[in-house]
Amino acid sequence: MSVDLMRFPRPASLPPSPAERLAAPVPRTASRDVRGRQGEIAQLYAAMAWRRAAVLLFGAACAVLGLVLDVATGPALLSVSDVAASVLGLAQDRTVDAIVWSIRLPTALVALVVGAALGLSGAIMQTILNNPLASSYTLGVSAGAGFGAALVIVLGVMLPVPEAYAIPLMAFLFACLACAGVYGIGSSRDSSPQMLLLAGIALLFLFQALLALLQFVASPEALQQIVFWLFGSLQKASWSKLWIISAVLVLCLPVLVADAWRLTALKLGDERARGLGVDVRRLRLRSFALISALTGVAVAFVGTIGFVGLVAPHIARMLVGEDQRSFLPASALYGALLLSAASIASKTVLPGAIVPIGIVTSLVGVPFFIWLIMRNRRAFW
Amino acid sequence: MRVTVKDLTVRYGATEVIPGLDLVAEAGEVLAVIGPNGSGKSSLIKAIAGVMPHGGSIAFDGTPMRPSRIGYMPQDIAGRTALTVLETVLLGRLGRLGLRVGAADLDAVEAVLHDLGLMALASRYLGELSGGQRQLVFLAQALASEPALLLLDEPISALDIRHQLAVMEIVLGATRERGLTTLVVLHDLNVAARFADAIAVMQRGCLVCHGSPAATIEPAMVASVFAVQAAMSMAPDGKPIMTPLRAL
Repeated sequence: MSVDLMRFPRPASLPPSPAERLAAPVPRTASRDVRGRQGEIAQLYAAMAWRRAAVLLFGAACAVLGLVLDVATGPALLSVSDVAASVLGLAQDRTVDAIVWSIRLPTALVALVVGAALGLSGAIMQTILNNPLASSYTLGVSAGAGFGAALVIVLGVMLPVPEAYAIPLMAFLFACLACAGVYGIGSSRDSSPQMLLLAGIALLFLFQALLALLQFVASPEALQQIVFWLFGSLQKASWSKLWIISAVLVLCLPVLVADAWRLTALKLGDERARGLGVDVRRLRLRSFALISALTGVAVAFVGTIGFVGLVAPHIARMLVGEDQRSFLPASALYGALLLSAASIASKTVLPGAIVPIGIVTSLVGVPFFIWLIMRNRRAFW
Repeated sequence: MRVTVKDLTVRYGATEVIPGLDLVAEAGEVLAVIGPNGSGKSSLIKAIAGVMPHGGSIAFDGTPMRPSRIGYMPQDIAGRTALTVLETVLLGRLGRLGLRVGAADLDAVEAVLHDLGLMALASRYLGELSGGQRQLVFLAQALASEPALLLLDEPISALDIRHQLAVMEIVLGATRERGLTTLVVLHDLNVAARFADAIAVMQRGCLVCHGSPAATIEPAMVASVFAVQAAMSMAPDGKPIMTPLRAL
């Protein structure tokens, strides 16, 4: 049986098939003349890059605005002009100077860097685990830090450091320990994202149980102290803590810059990334080290502030997609912005008092997050 | 580039999926790998691509050095990702990308997107595409690396018949034009017969025959390897057509 192919001519309205294009190459260089006019894709790429730069700039501008408002608000009810004068070094009143320079400025700046650290670590975690639910909170890293803090508060386990740093150091070490545990258990078999997630969830329950055990045996005073620490609070912020957190952030940058494309490749799955020449195991290990440093240092100084690490990457993903070159900075910026906003809210909800920031972040963050995921029509992540 | 596979072994845990396989793929030819489900086709491709641990040796032009430019397209392709088509195809050139993307990289991507008819989708997210469109994107990614060796694991399984033909023509064209070595896993024996220069038939991890389409695609092979009774006929252009009649 023979088929008369001419009976079914291709409709003229169809665009030329890829094969036809290959046979008679459409002048793909035609749009690029000698003076270097850009091709269609180069133009598209430039437009995408501009849009992303604009999103980052907008985030940065909002963060600066947040910083200003954060410094301007507080239980001392100082006037904005007094605060501005003090910041510019023109204040007449020494108490204003003291409040602004030793409390408000470091607190507001710590809110920004802690938010950035949490947003960034959440973003890295969601990328290397390929899961939008991953964050330091959901994977037991924060719970580990909480247990470390409780060890100091309840049992007085202390390393030889100044007293102000005893709790942060132990919290940091246990955050790192939790991270190492997630990586160690998760990569013992095949280092797949699923195994790592399961390991993280197991450790979350373990550290929560250990923390509950300590709370069970704690004195009422120690119990109160633990609970307050777990709320998360910016009130212990200081310049030296600000420098430490900033230093960790800055140290992470070169690694992230170098790994940006490799992390992006990981979004296509382990096998695809390996096929593109990425050493997936080493990339995960390196990223876990960054996560434990970033989360550890952030949580150590301000307690467990949930949510920022989960929400900031989601906002970033909706705004700039998952090209890590813009996704990571956007997560950091919007994390900083979120925590700054929460800090302002924590001082203005009850006039003259400061609600612990961990409570505010979740109270304000949850409805916002739900609104965010409900309105997002691209429900493919 | 000539790819020489010698005594290849691949195991998943305790199961040996390829117990020792020898195969040669010549430069400038399209080698189709066919065989029933679970016969080790993907494992072979993965081992050559270097994404799966294996025993035995794989040589590229006589050296064990894996070429830096392998265009590998896996069977399982990611979907739920907020990466644009443009970014995904750019990733094919991963080794050469800096923080700032150069004009040469963008030009290479444009050429590939153009050839595969994907220009209109360039700014769309992968998650918004259909399965067939995604398959084209990952083929584009494999081609964008300007590979010397092209490894395609079922590249047309989700495509309509027109795109199946178009993709195979592009693969064949690229193989000839740039002198690539192309290994492609196919399920459609007629597509294999139409486009491949040579066909390797696998069964239970072993190579049962390797030769020209006319020599390999014939009723006795289809019956013994696929357990299907088949009849052969001829297309108007002289290519063989295999019609499956019933499962044996």
